[in-house]
Amino acid sequence: MKLLNYTSRYLAFLLLLLISVWAILFYYAMLEEIYDSLDDGLENQKFLMVERAAEDPSILSQDDPEFKKHIYNFTPISKENYQNFKESYRDTLMYMLNEKDFEPVRVYESAAIYGDEYYKLKIITSMVEEDDLVHDLAAYIIGLYLILLASILFLNNLLLKRIWKPFYFLIEQLRKFKIEKGESIVIQESPIEEFNLLNSTVEKLTQKSTNTYIAQKQFIENASHELQTPLAISINKLELLLEKNDLTESHSQDIATVLDNLERLTRLNKSLLLLSKIENKQFEFEEVVSFAELTKHIVADFEDLAEHREMKIMIASNQELKFQINEDLAIVLLINLIKNSLIHGKKGELIKIDILPDRWHISNLGDPKSLDETSLFERFAKAGSNKRSTGLGLAIAKAIADRYSINLSYNFKGAHIFVLQFPKT
Amino acid sequence: MKILIVEDEPQMLENMRQSLEKEHYNVEAVSNFKSALERIGVYNYDCILLDIGLPDGNGLELLKQLKKMNKTGGVIIVSAKDSLDDRLNGLDLGADDYLPKPFHMAELHARVKAVMRRRNFEGNKIVEIGNVLINLESRSVQIEGEEIVFNRKEYDILMYLITNKTRLVTKAALAEHVWGDHIDQADSFDFIYSQMKNLRKKLENATINVEAVYGVGYKLQIS
Repeated sequence: MKLLNYTSRYLAFLLLLLISVWAILFYYAMLEEIYDSLDDGLENQKFLMVERAAEDPSILSQDDPEFKKHIYNFTPISKENYQNFKESYRDTLMYMLNEKDFEPVRVYESAAIYGDEYYKLKIITSMVEEDDLVHDLAAYIIGLYLILLASILFLNNLLLKRIWKPFYFLIEQLRKFKIEKGESIVIQESPIEEFNLLNSTVEKLTQKSTNTYIAQKQFIENASHELQTPLAISINKLELLLEKNDLTESHSQDIATVLDNLERLTRLNKSLLLLSKIENKQFEFEEVVSFAELTKHIVADFEDLAEHREMKIMIASNQELKFQINEDLAIVLLINLIKNSLIHGKKGELIKIDILPDRWHISNLGDPKSLDETSLFERFAKAGSNKRSTGLGLAIAKAIADRYSINLSYNFKGAHIFVLQFPKT
Repeated sequence: MKILIVEDEPQMLENMRQSLEKEHYNVEAVSNFKSALERIGVYNYDCILLDIGLPDGNGLELLKQLKKMNKTGGVIIVSAKDSLDDRLNGLDLGADDYLPKPFHMAELHARVKAVMRRRNFEGNKIVEIGNVLINLESRSVQIEGEEIVFNRKEYDILMYLITNKTRLVTKAALAEHVWGDHIDQADSFDFIYSQMKNLRKKLENATINVEAVYGVGYKLQIS
């Protein structure tokens, strides 16, 4: 739920409660005021009656208990009754001719004295119709509630939207923020202190994350670069040493072993460097590359290695597959996949490559069980005990595929199958 | 043949100097931009090995200077950076080759020789070694006057070994040169063996032979 609607909803509930309670209180307060003024009127009427009786005593003797002729009636009472008489106001129903219904009336009972005669005096007056009052009041209250609600919604939408604009702007910026892109967040000045604080905090935070990200990327690249020279010196020194004629066979082989390991280190280093270069988007130039053509060349390059491993690489179907990519990376991608099949494939078996217009498959027989798909493409996820493998080949292939939105996947159907699914262009 | 090495790493420089001097090149070496600039202003070199990451300047700047001075010597950029930009910029500025560190000494020699050959057009297009005659243009090989057909890999192996005839060429160096850098992750370099066997067979009547050294590498023998 949006912030705007959220506050509106709360306000609506709160207002409903508030107005309802207020309406009830208001109703009773008003009713009391009405009674009060009715009763005052009735009492006043009594004084007027008593004054009139002094002038026209005939009103004292009329007998009209049903209030057919007048709105008052005098009834003689005894002295004791008069002395104990308590004034009272009460509500009763009376048939109203105009309404053709019983309607509430207010009855005032009091006692009066005329000479030495005592009378009970009853005066009636028509009363407010409570049900009508409730109806009217409810209608007005609901009207008020709706108007209040509408204006709150309107104000919320107008005012809050304007006030919260920097906040929504920031959210939009954060939503679009991708650390790999290296773009920083654009901040909008706001007159509201809290938003400025939020903005500057977010700005600092994203800046810091970006810096850390760049530093981490740079670190691998720098470390790899710094390793190149000492590796070069060591390898060359050993090569020079090997050229000396006075070495025994075992010395030569020891040196060769050291050289071999240094070269492994070099390969590892180069692979790491390549990975960070791919991730740092350092291969910008792109062209349309024919994967069928490329596959043919690479397979030819690997023929000797395949023969040595008593394997054969067969390009089963060879349709045209063209894709816009950096050619060097395309080569590395295919080489890593083909090499992977060659190294992990079973001796004496066939490696099959299928090229379709939007797909590139390679399958080989190997261990008759599926590999762990989740860790397969991770760095240093080594399958088997191949000491010469850097554990980076498939990670590099994956990084290249990801870079060009090609889906590189693995599945096992008796054979190990790697598939490059090219995006539709 | 005069070679200038511009390299700020003293041990790297020493290795290259030692190795190149074995080939009887006249090797000079400097370790910074300033002295390199002085040298190229005064002398002419057949080949300059240029490290572009110098402490007091960019090696690419030296390339520009060389171009300005109209010097004809070949230039091989030697760089620890292996960056595509540097490679393209370097070649654009007239460098002949780009060799990323680390490299095999055998590879360095092959590159230097190739540059020398390319630069001296009037030079020999025919290499003669023992009773073997190689035409570098047509890539054809004659042994005792008889033409023998070598496939691309056999020819490349032979030429690489001839280029490095005084030294032991490790299997790794040979594999990377002939089969390309990408062969490197292969589980061993033993796959060279079958090509080597074919090559030896074809050299049966030649006075040169390829000798395996302790399973470490190969060396060209002239009998």
